Amino acid sequence: MFESVPIELLIAGMLALYMAWAIGANDVANAMGTSVGSGALTITGAILVAGILEFAGAFLAGGHVTDTVRKGMLDLDAMPPDFLIYGMLAALASAATLLLGATRLGLPVSTTHSIVGAIVGFGAVAIGPEAVKWAKVGQIVLSWLTSPLLSGVLAFLIFGITRALILNKANPLAEVRRIGPFFFFYVFFIIGLVTLFKGLKHIDLDLTLGQSIAASTGLGFLGAGIGTVLLRRVNEGPKDEGQRFSQTERVFVVLQILTACAVAFAHGSNDVANSIGPLAAIAAAVGEGAEVAGKAPVQPWMLAIGGFGIVVGLATWGYKVMETVGKKITELTPSRGFAAELAAATTIVLASRMGIPVSTTHTLVGAVLGVGLARGIGAVDLRVVGSIIISWIATLPIAATLSIFFFYFFKGLLG
Amino acid sequence: MALWMDKLVGRSPIGPMQAHMTAAVECAREIVPLMEAMAAGDDEAIRACRAEIDRLEHTADEIKHDIRSNMPRRLMMAMERRDLLDILDSQDSIADVTQDIAELADQRGMHLPTDLVAPFKALADRTVAACEQGKKVIDELDELIETGFGEREVARVSNMISELGQIESETDVLLDDACRKLFAMEGELGVATVYWHQVLLWIADLADYAERVGNRLRLLIAH
Repeated sequence: MFESVPIELLIAGMLALYMAWAIGANDVANAMGTSVGSGALTITGAILVAGILEFAGAFLAGGHVTDTVRKGMLDLDAMPPDFLIYGMLAALASAATLLLGATRLGLPVSTTHSIVGAIVGFGAVAIGPEAVKWAKVGQIVLSWLTSPLLSGVLAFLIFGITRALILNKANPLAEVRRIGPFFFFYVFFIIGLVTLFKGLKHIDLDLTLGQSIAASTGLGFLGAGIGTVLLRRVNEGPKDEGQRFSQTERVFVVLQILTACAVAFAHGSNDVANSIGPLAAIAAAVGEGAEVAGKAPVQPWMLAIGGFGIVVGLATWGYKVMETVGKKITELTPSRGFAAELAAATTIVLASRMGIPVSTTHTLVGAVLGVGLARGIGAVDLRVVGSIIISWIATLPIAATLSIFFFYFFKGLLG
Repeated sequence: MALWMDKLVGRSPIGPMQAHMTAAVECAREIVPLMEAMAAGDDEAIRACRAEIDRLEHTADEIKHDIRSNMPRRLMMAMERRDLLDILDSQDSIADVTQDIAELADQRGMHLPTDLVAPFKALADRTVAACEQGKKVIDELDELIETGFGEREVARVSNMISELGQIESETDVLLDDACRKLFAMEGELGVATVYWHQVLLWIADLADYAERVGNRLRLLIAH
């Protein structure tokens, strides 16, 4: 069956699958690692839950960011379709190389930053600065500052609410059971809203705002119901006078599983675009020629490939990463993990809905800093923040240079 | 790169701080058996007490060094680095001064006169109580973090610190009483009076350091 598939699309498909695999193998551990580390989830449970939700996030809400990566940053009318194909192949190859190298060297490289840097790189240099939609690129780069910031502020507020309504009360154990379902409602409602409102066109479901809100509210109540049952059933363990909050933390484990799921969904909805955005662009250029290149929608099968790659990455390699995380005793207790993850998930799904590619890791780091600033964490290592900022800045020129190199490589190979 | 979240949350110094206080207070607790050995005039027992105190002081020292080398400036902590190091110093003084007492008792082979046993014992008991209260306060550090320094927990710890101050005041009264009884025997004891006086001052110092731990913490949580 592959004879009928153009060679460009085959290479792109393989590179996209590799990217998705790498995202699943590495990034997802950040979403799930804290839950495994705090004992909220077993490794098998984390793989299972992450797999389902990453896929759901990619399939149900991954379209907007994919569109941005596919056509949002470049002016497709200003370039021949061949160039777009070589460029997108180059972007995939460059991001994949960076990921491989960074993983080997243990550096924190964001897939999002590599792919954006690569696309802008080949666009601006190999084709010409006029091929790049600088306003949109500027908006994306700005979002890399605002997303950790927003996430941090949200985490600060969520931890403040947790403190005021639960931890600072006379009976925190009763309060966490009483307040918990509201957080379930919030998570289900938000995910429902960003997914449903004009988000499901690719499966022929187009709801109005009113319909979306109504359906999301229903989903929220369903979530609250599930939450109530789960929170009622959780075994808080024996009372311990030396650790008066150990029982409360055990109930928070349920809430942390919820937020870890939300992060997995959010991650799927945002990061899958890094692998399939270029693939979709190539498919459109190969199949339909220049004049309609910008209009071809992202096909469900592409989202499925991305989701599938992430799940395979999780099951083959992410497993090991989580095992490492799980063995460490993390200082991030369930109540902190909950606040940080809820903030990050909210920020990421909002960005996904707006079609803005952001870094999940950076957003989570912002959230942890937010909880730290609220004096909720014993110690936050600022050197990690520093190295993330450095890699943040370094990734862009490296990805751009690599992608220019690969552009000429593919041009020579296929042109 | 997957483990960045984990690296981001550094090792909290709170657990080691509590372990250090536990070791220091275990050390101070040995003052009571030491006092009994001196009262019994048992040199063998005095030496055994000193050995135990040396061991506990050494444990505390190791934890202290571990805390200091794991508290780089790059950590953003829920409590000020300076304040924690000040508290650590006071905690460490509890172990250090206990060791001073044991060394002197052993080196001079000090045998406590029968008339002084009661006032010395009373002071030692109350001092140990002050140290125990200091340990209780430090045991609340993780609850303070857990509640994000919530008002309820802060009030609870403040009360515990007030109680610690109360106990320390009682040791002042007991010190005064013990000193008077000691100086009444000055003619009989001769130069030994000076050394017994030093032992009394050191014992009272233990309560002072315990109180200082509490007072530093009070400054830290007062907002």
